[in-house]
Amino acid sequence: MRRLGLTILAIVVVLAAAAAAFFFWPHGLTDVAEARSRLPTGADSVKRGEYLAKAADCAACHSVGSSRPYAGGLPFHLPFGTIYATNITPDRDTGIGQWSDAEFVRAMHHGVGRDGRDLYPAFPYASYALMSTEDALAIKDYLFSLTPVHAEAPPHQLKLPYDQSYLLRAWKLLFVPRQQFNPDPGQSTAQNRGAYLVEALGHCGECHTPRNKLYGLDSGQKFAGAVTAGWKAYNITSDATAGIGAWSDQALADYLSKGFAQGHGAASGSMAEAVEYSLSHLTPEDIKAMVAYLRTVPGHPAPHELAVAPSPRSLNDSTHLTPAPAENDQESLGLEVFQGACASCHGFDGTGVNDPRAALAGSQTVNDPTGVNLLQVLLQGSRFRTDHVEAAMPSFHAYRDVELAAVANYVLAHFGAKSAQISPDQVARARRGQ
Amino acid sequence: MVDLNINGEIRSYDVPDDMPLLWVLRDVAGLVGTKFGCGIAQCGACTVHVDGRPARSCVMSVSAVGNRQIRTIEAIGRDPVGQGVQKAWVDLDVVQCGYCQSGQIMSAVALLNVKREPSDADIDAAMAGNVCRCGTYPRIRAAIKTASKV
Amino acid sequence: MSGPAYIHIPNRISRRSLLGAGLVIGFAAAASRKAHAAGEQPGLGKIQDVTGKGQTGTAFEGFAPGGFVRISPDGRITLIVPNVEMGQGIYTGEAMLIAEELEAGLDQVQVETAPPNEQLYRQPLLKSQTTGGSTSIRGAYGPLRQAGAAARTMIIGAAAQRWRVPATECTASRGVVTHVRTNRTLSYGELALEAGRQPVPQNVPLKDPSQWKLIGTPARRTDSPGKTDGTATFGIDIRVPGMKVAAVAASPVIGGKLVSVDDSAARAIPGVRDVIRIANAVAVTADHYWAARQGLAALRITWDDGPNAGMSSAQLIDDLKGAYGKVKAIVARHDGDVDGAMARAAQRVEAEYELPFLAHATMEPINTTIHVRPDGCDVWVGTQVPTVAQQLVAQATGLPLDKVAVHNQLLGGGFGRRLEADSIQQAAELAKHVSYPVKIIWSREEDIQHDMFRPAYYDRMSAALGSDGLPLAWVDHITGGSITAHYMPQGLPPGEIDPDAVEGAKETPYDFPAVHVDWTRADPPIPFTWWRGVGPTHNVFVVESFVDELAHAAKRDPIDYRKALLGKNPRSRAVLEMAAEKAGWGAPLPPRSGRGVSLHDSFGSHLAIVLQVAVADNGEIKLQRAVAVMDCGLTINPDQVKAQMEGGLNFGLTAALYSDITFRNGRVQQSNFNDYRMLRIHESPAIEVHVIRSTEDPGGVGETATVSAAPALGNALFAATGVRLRRYPFDRGRLASQAMASNARQGTTALASEDR
Repeated sequence: MRRLGLTILAIVVVLAAAAAAFFFWPHGLTDVAEARSRLPTGADSVKRGEYLAKAADCAACHSVGSSRPYAGGLPFHLPFGTIYATNITPDRDTGIGQWSDAEFVRAMHHGVGRDGRDLYPAFPYASYALMSTEDALAIKDYLFSLTPVHAEAPPHQLKLPYDQSYLLRAWKLLFVPRQQFNPDPGQSTAQNRGAYLVEALGHCGECHTPRNKLYGLDSGQKFAGAVTAGWKAYNITSDATAGIGAWSDQALADYLSKGFAQGHGAASGSMAEAVEYSLSHLTPEDIKAMVAYLRTVPGHPAPHELAVAPSPRSLNDSTHLTPAPAENDQESLGLEVFQGACASCHGFDGTGVNDPRAALAGSQTVNDPTGVNLLQVLLQGSRFRTDHVEAAMPSFHAYRDVELAAVANYVLAHFGAKSAQISPDQVARARRGQ
Repeated sequence: MVDLNINGEIRSYDVPDDMPLLWVLRDVAGLVGTKFGCGIAQCGACTVHVDGRPARSCVMSVSAVGNRQIRTIEAIGRDPVGQGVQKAWVDLDVVQCGYCQSGQIMSAVALLNVKREPSDADIDAAMAGNVCRCGTYPRIRAAIKTASKV
Repeated sequence: MSGPAYIHIPNRISRRSLLGAGLVIGFAAAASRKAHAAGEQPGLGKIQDVTGKGQTGTAFEGFAPGGFVRISPDGRITLIVPNVEMGQGIYTGEAMLIAEELEAGLDQVQVETAPPNEQLYRQPLLKSQTTGGSTSIRGAYGPLRQAGAAARTMIIGAAAQRWRVPATECTASRGVVTHVRTNRTLSYGELALEAGRQPVPQNVPLKDPSQWKLIGTPARRTDSPGKTDGTATFGIDIRVPGMKVAAVAASPVIGGKLVSVDDSAARAIPGVRDVIRIANAVAVTADHYWAARQGLAALRITWDDGPNAGMSSAQLIDDLKGAYGKVKAIVARHDGDVDGAMARAAQRVEAEYELPFLAHATMEPINTTIHVRPDGCDVWVGTQVPTVAQQLVAQATGLPLDKVAVHNQLLGGGFGRRLEADSIQQAAELAKHVSYPVKIIWSREEDIQHDMFRPAYYDRMSAALGSDGLPLAWVDHITGGSITAHYMPQGLPPGEIDPDAVEGAKETPYDFPAVHVDWTRADPPIPFTWWRGVGPTHNVFVVESFVDELAHAAKRDPIDYRKALLGKNPRSRAVLEMAAEKAGWGAPLPPRSGRGVSLHDSFGSHLAIVLQVAVADNGEIKLQRAVAVMDCGLTINPDQVKAQMEGGLNFGLTAALYSDITFRNGRVQQSNFNDYRMLRIHESPAIEVHVIRSTEDPGGVGETATVSAAPALGNALFAATGVRLRRYPFDRGRLASQAMASNARQGTTALASEDR
């Protein structure tokens, strides 16, 4: 009995030691000199890094609005607390000015801070792990070329046990790839390039792939669509109904590079930001490569209710100025709100007025009866801006829940032929960020 | 440089291509009959016609206009519907401060071009985007009906 | 000419044509007269020859501006009206007064607004050259007819002299003088030069009303054509050679200061010219407004938020309520034995009312075009207070008053916002720093967030009812700021009542045996001013809602109850009865529909409005039909009275349904029409207006229906749902039917917590 007890104790001690070692043994650093030697130096690396930083969409998270890019501070409200994006300008005190090459690459590939602490995976190192070491270093060269901004990010506010960052090591074991991207010889050069852009740099899966109970990406439902921070990232698998299988190459390329495609509507929310900060800066070849890769993603048929209505009768019977006569016959709060606040830009026939982005026909957002993104757009508005385009929809948060529910249901019926039942209560919850 | 066809005249304007049509009209072309009200397409004071359809020029970039035909309040009296609407507006003394009325008239003409005899519901649908702070709505409605009968 | 070279401006006053004019006749308005007391006819102004001979020292090069009539030898007749046109139709109404006596057709005249000149154009009721308070027609009714009559007399005198006949043998009509016996005619233009040499007659007898050709007719507006073809020039439409356009941002927190601006990105934008910093604002000038806006957006501005950094609506309302009882109230009226009546009352009714801060949101955003030079300054702007604008610009630029020329333009809405010249002063401070003319345009966001707001009010009502349900005593305790104090150089003396704060409360249409009205002054720490309907818009909401409450407490019909209190007020009783009849008062309505009435005597007029509404189960309000019956005494232009009833009602309904300026962290939370909503065409009720034919003195019109809107709606909502709402904008959540109440409540709680 005693021996057994000692054995158990020994096992427990060993396990505890192993666990302690696993959770608390300092992270090592990989020598990256060899990769560094393969990189061009000076302006060439900076230029390459700038492009890659855009492809990796660093600015979207590491900036607050358009002021002080890369200086951090943007809050991420997660189910387990709030974390803040860090300052990645080369400021020596508050930014990454003192980071070595190896420390930077370790952060990108393994999610480890300079002080050896484990970083939270809002920083998408589970995707960046696929990035080549050279590309990571080029991004570092670019960031170090920026003007340092002195800005301390607020400390994270996380609930127990999520504030124990060492626990992330177990999570990483499960969900962070241990190898960089490896081209698939069975695929074309373009498809491989696209895969690298989509999976490693663009980290599309971080939003578009549903997460499992451990908050890891559910590889079984790759790109099947998910809700993140109140916005729905749609199914971008090659399924013809639920996904983007029916989109033409041109439409996909337009959507990625311009944020809208004729017959498919416009991006809003985080996708609009991704286009604004990242995708609109990519070369046409890279956009084509991404399209080529997305075509190879196996189709996932859910959720079927999101199927875009091809040509709703309500649209065909409308003029750009007036709705289908059948709608006019009944008093509808949704129609009233729409004609006052929305029709000036969106019109009634789905073609859009003033700006092609306002065309609602074919948009997933007005075909999704859950109304997730529709309510977000109504409450927050939408904004898209590049060097040559500025388009915005104001927020209608001042409208009452009853009105927003009514206009959402009207829009889903009119533009998507969907019978939706969004309640004022649902609007109230969306308002509160639930 | 952007080429624009305004009221039948094609001219080049040295403006950025994301500049809203409204400011090209007002500050560059000198056509100040089209008004600035909100800048976010919520009041309709800036309404012009682009290929006959009403557009909110405050949010429509000149690149989005392209080579389509722009018509402003200054030239809306050139066609009979526009003339009829203007006459109805004067006959019924619709205007008060008058600031929104360029936009109201442009929207009304566009409606009558789509529906020769608009119902009340049609008027609501097509005119609800045009705010009148003076509250001239009853006369706007009446004037559209008057113009529709001409 | 040292004056402005302003071209591209239709309707401009050409100085040359002024100099060439044969007859210019003006009147010193009744500046010296006592304020217009109730029933007293505004005094006739002293007639003055202002042909300019011998007058020097003005910005108008030796030519005194103005007068009310100007006829040039080529026959053009220009009427210079003392008030500004902001939609109320004054270019038509005042022109009718002059033209009636001048014997000219409205189709023969051009109408202009007067330049700043307190001597010539002082409004007799307001004692300043100001357009507001629904005073224009009341003040101008006598003097402008006198002006027309004097001009006609001089023209006829000139014709008689030329023909060598007695003036009594000549008549005038439609701009032509006829010698009746010989049938000879001369046009006013032909007589203009000689008419200018005629002695200016005093106290010319006015036409008998039976002879009127214009007054009382539904004459067409003189400004309609220009406002329907895009040629009308509002302040924002001015274009001056060499002009730049500016966008401006003032401290987002009221009372804050500018600390620093990084303008490197802004200056890189093509078209951007200058970045101007003043104490509490920064502006970017550019070749066009788009570049200016882009430039402004690209600035990195650091503000010092100042003492209001933490200000919130909740705190403002708490302060207001806290002032009651703490700050000594000033008694506006105390008649009868109020305490005794309260003690012996069969029933006592009490209620608290609250009114929100409101923005004006004129359709034409705030703007000023200004050119400051070392030797003078030109200002093109639409303002209700041209002389105040002139003074503020003179102060800001350090120029003498007579070197500041204010060229007043059509106003794209006033509503009280353009009674304030803060934006014109800001423009002068900005424009001092550049040599070129600059048009400064406030974005709609700037307009909403830097308005001078209609202040919030908190009123406590109580009444003692007798056994018949009628009031024995009426007590109205008002808490709110003093707007009038801003207009008094030394402020409002302690213990003195602000007449605006109690207007509509001190005097009601009703006969109460005992009345107590007092006012606790509580100025909010933000700029505030008048809003369409001024004092009555605030007080009548409370009075008319509370009267309705009393009727309900007495279990009597609201119309009958009011009638019982109108024994001494036949004009109000008449409009009330007619409104009830025309609205079909008492006829059955479907469930959750109702009619509400509002009656008031304001601005010398009597107005009753009955509004019919339907309330959906979810609390949404449908405005169905309004009937307005107006007795504004003698009407100059009944069709424009109707227009003001329609528009004024919609204006007030917008506030009752939507308007609520709120503050958080010292910042206004609303910004544009997406969150400071406007009534739209499909929401406007059908409006039926009846104007009483009357020979009483003209009353004010422009603000009256706005005053009626909120109380009529509140009373209608009560009739439809049994829910009494004592604050607007009316909370739809509280109007939801029982079945839907829980849902709606959740929604409104969320909203309220965000707002506060």
